[in-house]
Amino acid sequence: MMEALCAIFLRDLKIAFRAGGGAGVGVVFFLALVTVVPFAVGPDMPLLGRIGPAMLWIGALLATLLGLDRIFSADREDGSLDVMMLSAAPLELIAAAKGAAHWVATGLPLTVAAPLFGLLLGIEPAALGTVTLTLLIGTPAITFLGLIGAALAVALPRGGLLVAVLILPLTIPVLIFGVAASAGVGPVPFETSLKFVAALTLFALVLGPVASAVALRHIRQ
Amino acid sequence: MRLIAERLGLERGGRRLFRDLGFALTGGEALAVTGSNGSGKTSLLRLIAGLLRPSEGRIELEGGPAERALGAAAHFVGHLDGVKAALTARENLEFMRALLGGQPGGSTALTTLGIEHLADLPAGMFSAGQKRRLALARLLIAPRPLWLLDEPLTSLDADGQAVFASLARAHLQRGGLIVAATHAPLGIDGARELKLGGGA
Repeated sequence: MMEALCAIFLRDLKIAFRAGGGAGVGVVFFLALVTVVPFAVGPDMPLLGRIGPAMLWIGALLATLLGLDRIFSADREDGSLDVMMLSAAPLELIAAAKGAAHWVATGLPLTVAAPLFGLLLGIEPAALGTVTLTLLIGTPAITFLGLIGAALAVALPRGGLLVAVLILPLTIPVLIFGVAASAGVGPVPFETSLKFVAALTLFALVLGPVASAVALRHIRQ
Repeated sequence: MRLIAERLGLERGGRRLFRDLGFALTGGEALAVTGSNGSGKTSLLRLIAGLLRPSEGRIELEGGPAERALGAAAHFVGHLDGVKAALTARENLEFMRALLGGQPGGSTALTTLGIEHLADLPAGMFSAGQKRRLALARLLIAPRPLWLLDEPLTSLDADGQAVFASLARAHLQRGGLIVAATHAPLGIDGARELKLGGGA
């Protein structure tokens, strides 16, 4: 069973990093978003530094939602989802393996790029560290919540926007605590916000695969 | 080993596809499911694989691998090939082997299906018939007793059809079972026929 799950994880990674796989698209979109913000806000460095962490979080959130809808629908269209369902591995763990691969292909590059892009926004070095840390802990929550939307929209040919609309409300708590922790603002101290982000991620890591497996089974019926 | 279906019925989207369907298939037997377009051949195969739940009746594999769902004892080659365009033929097959629980190590499946020379090409460059050969190759890399095949001969040339027939005969001789939805003769002697539709 472990072999099957590893195979799914590695295959999805391989496909993501090949031509047309879409792993780089998220980072490029993230960069585009971050580049546009200073033009819109104007050359006000203190203001940029203050809203910078929030901008990085919004950018990472939107970039993660991009391409999330293809997690299951690509496999459904070519028939490999059927074969996966005949594997000895439970569908919940298959969904988790696919989610993990998607995060490594999109969420992790975003996290790595965040401190670099943060420089464009004039964020303080200390704040760069904390925002990267919160993104590292928080982006898996977005991906795994997104699994649910991806499973619900698996049969829809243009499900991308629907997935984003379905999932965005669920990610708001992650965004609130993620930004609060990285900006060091708000009534709660840094550690508390960070713990909330970690808790939300753990919650999503369990809920996402279970809920998406239920959705997939139901929709296949 | 016996595949037994009793009083199977399936309703999809408010439409009754079939009801009171029953058959028993022993090891070494093949069943050709025929019927007009839309008579429920594909749905029956998906139902046997456990990808659909029957509205009524039951289906089970007696003497199959213990404690395993029917799906885990079955190969399902549908009208979609399950082939990833971005991966090479070898990578596709290796993925399927790991997924379906086959033994690792030098498989001759690609040679048997006559696509060994394409092993390191991305499957996206394959013709429809070559993709189908790659899909059929997964029947060989993980031994499973029950083969569920939906129109297995589609887009295969005469040589491919002959290769398929010999694979199917070898599988039946080992005591395997085959259920295939088909319009064309499968090239398997003594295959029983189950006709769907026609007022059922």
